[in-house]
Amino acid sequence: MKTTLHTVLGAAGLAALLSGTALSPAFAQDIRIGALATLEGPFAQSGLDGMRGVELAVDAFQGQVAGKRIVLVKESSNAKPDVAVAKTRKLIEQDKVDIVVGPLSGGEGIAVKEYAKSVPSKTFVNGTSGAQDTTLRDPAPNFYRFTLDGAQWQAGLGSYAYETKGYRNIAVVSEDYSFPYSQVMGFQAEYCSRGGKISQKNWVPVGTKDFTSVIAKLPDKVDAVYVLLGGADAVNFLTQYYQSGGTAPLIGSSVTVDQTVLSSKGAFKNKVLGMIAAGPVADSNDDPKWVEFVKAYKAKFPDGLESPSLFAHGYYVSTLAVLQALDQVGGKLDDGQKAFQAALAKTELTDRSPTGAIRLDENRQAIADNFVTEVAQRPDGAFFSKVVKVAKGVDQALGMDRAKFLALGTASRDNPSCN
Amino acid sequence: MRFYILLSLNALTVASLYFLVASGFSLIFGLLRTVNMAHGAFYLLGAYVGYDIASYTGSWLLGLVGAAVAVALVGLAMHLTLLRTLGGDELRQALVTIGFAIVVGDLLLAHYGGITYQFTPPEILYGTTPMPVIRGYPTIRLVVIGSALLVGLGLWLLIHRTKVGMLIRAGVDDRDILSAMGFNVQRVLLLVFALGAGLAGLAGVIGGSALSISPGEDARFLLSSLVVVIIGGMGSLAGAALGALLIGFAEQFGLAFIPNYATLLTFLLMVAVLAVRPQGLLGRG
Repeated sequence: MKTTLHTVLGAAGLAALLSGTALSPAFAQDIRIGALATLEGPFAQSGLDGMRGVELAVDAFQGQVAGKRIVLVKESSNAKPDVAVAKTRKLIEQDKVDIVVGPLSGGEGIAVKEYAKSVPSKTFVNGTSGAQDTTLRDPAPNFYRFTLDGAQWQAGLGSYAYETKGYRNIAVVSEDYSFPYSQVMGFQAEYCSRGGKISQKNWVPVGTKDFTSVIAKLPDKVDAVYVLLGGADAVNFLTQYYQSGGTAPLIGSSVTVDQTVLSSKGAFKNKVLGMIAAGPVADSNDDPKWVEFVKAYKAKFPDGLESPSLFAHGYYVSTLAVLQALDQVGGKLDDGQKAFQAALAKTELTDRSPTGAIRLDENRQAIADNFVTEVAQRPDGAFFSKVVKVAKGVDQALGMDRAKFLALGTASRDNPSCN
Repeated sequence: MRFYILLSLNALTVASLYFLVASGFSLIFGLLRTVNMAHGAFYLLGAYVGYDIASYTGSWLLGLVGAAVAVALVGLAMHLTLLRTLGGDELRQALVTIGFAIVVGDLLLAHYGGITYQFTPPEILYGTTPMPVIRGYPTIRLVVIGSALLVGLGLWLLIHRTKVGMLIRAGVDDRDILSAMGFNVQRVLLLVFALGAGLAGLAGVIGGSALSISPGEDARFLLSSLVVVIIGGMGSLAGAALGALLIGFAEQFGLAFIPNYATLLTFLLMVAVLAVRPQGLLGRG
């Protein structure tokens, strides 16, 4: 008898699990948004900050749009493209979301874009993934990116390094995958066209912890070293560079000296003062919209970073764009999302954007401002990035003629060259 | 010339770190026949615990000792509560250790977050030691090499010059006969497990000082330990040393000359050893 009861109870529990969506209160009026970011693996911290951005955007709309409640479904990937697609598919098929915001990293973006083509009646809005080809070549009609790509994120840096800092000959130390390739391409577009040279490029596997042998190989006479490493890899490189007696000034990518690195604990930080870098956010931006965004971020997430990272920002503006377009079409999604997608393509973030106006080009890729920064220290000892220059309205061709830009080909280890 | 000396020193540093982690891993395998997949988690746990102790007391040395003791205790607890109850079924033990590693890894991520930590070792260890030809080398890295030598020597003395060591060696060769001769094998197992875990914790602090601590290091050091003992031979101390040296040199020279394929080199080495001598270079057939 007891066994039977257990079996029945077990079966009931299993059934409840299987039909999880049916049990949770779902109204026809709800708008379901899936958020995909990396909450595990090497980019866990970044993914967490991305999710904070999504929540802030939903809060900005008081959790509803056009009288409909917004239901947020979070899902985690691990920066691997196949996992990102599997999780996106799960969001669409099992969680029945209408719109997906994500993913976070380069390779994931390209994979999700390909998947998006197979479900035209759903809408996909990029999180912070920065590979060029997500939107530059063979774009999906229902994939939108309100953040800049990896190359755009370096806009303004090359010319600043060449003209203001006077660097003429530099060496590169970079992680070996598509995102840094794009970043180097964006940097070179300005630096090399002005006559700057790159005498050595070192591509190291992601997750390298001991850089001393690469450092020993760096040429003695360079004006600066351009470092494209993120998180723990960046912390290790910076420490080892100075322990090895390196003296050349450093240039950073968009993630080398962000808050995930600047908030890290360790003695390396005294050495990064004055380091230049570029990206879509700057901690010390005095735009009132940015100040307001930081305030909201710190109020909601006291345990968050010193200042929202580019991941929080990217997910924030992407979700905002979705909500703004939903508001415009009165939350209407029952026409295969046609009206919504048309509105989204025309969506321009102006008042709501913390970092200046954001609009889309014909490939649904953002045109927005980019910031050149220098690492500085507050009186209380905290490190932050200070704006030294703003590149206005950066487009995906980096101001070049689009056909010419496309002819440069996909960014890779040696393409384009600069020596 | 300077470049090659630097490279070799770097390779030695990395090899030392790998040896510190892998020696305990190898010992545990030799005696328990269990692939302890939680060994990387022990490393990371030691690093974080050591960091907390060091920042609380302000003493790096206390952090080092505290981490080793704390992780040894965790190892003991894990062996008593999880592994022993499985009654020597090696596959299930290995699976349980994987589960344990995942749980510990996630708990650490939840508590310490994803940011990177770095120890602040005493000033005297943080600077540069002047040396001929190469001008200077980071002191902390020399400390890594030195501690690996010390640990290696200590383990060798323990295994080859003490009665406990005799039991360990006998246990590696034939556990059942040793037990039949009236020795308490379970106690030796427990000791070895705690020792191996403690070494991983110690390595966590040393590695966290020379490099850094961040989520994911557990998997990295578990993988390197696996490769080291596969190349060197399971259960052999000298094998762990040789394996660590080979991997260290392959990794650093690879990184300097063919950076794109540096990771591949390590695994090519492993494939070559497996093809020619599957029991490992110094393993017993």
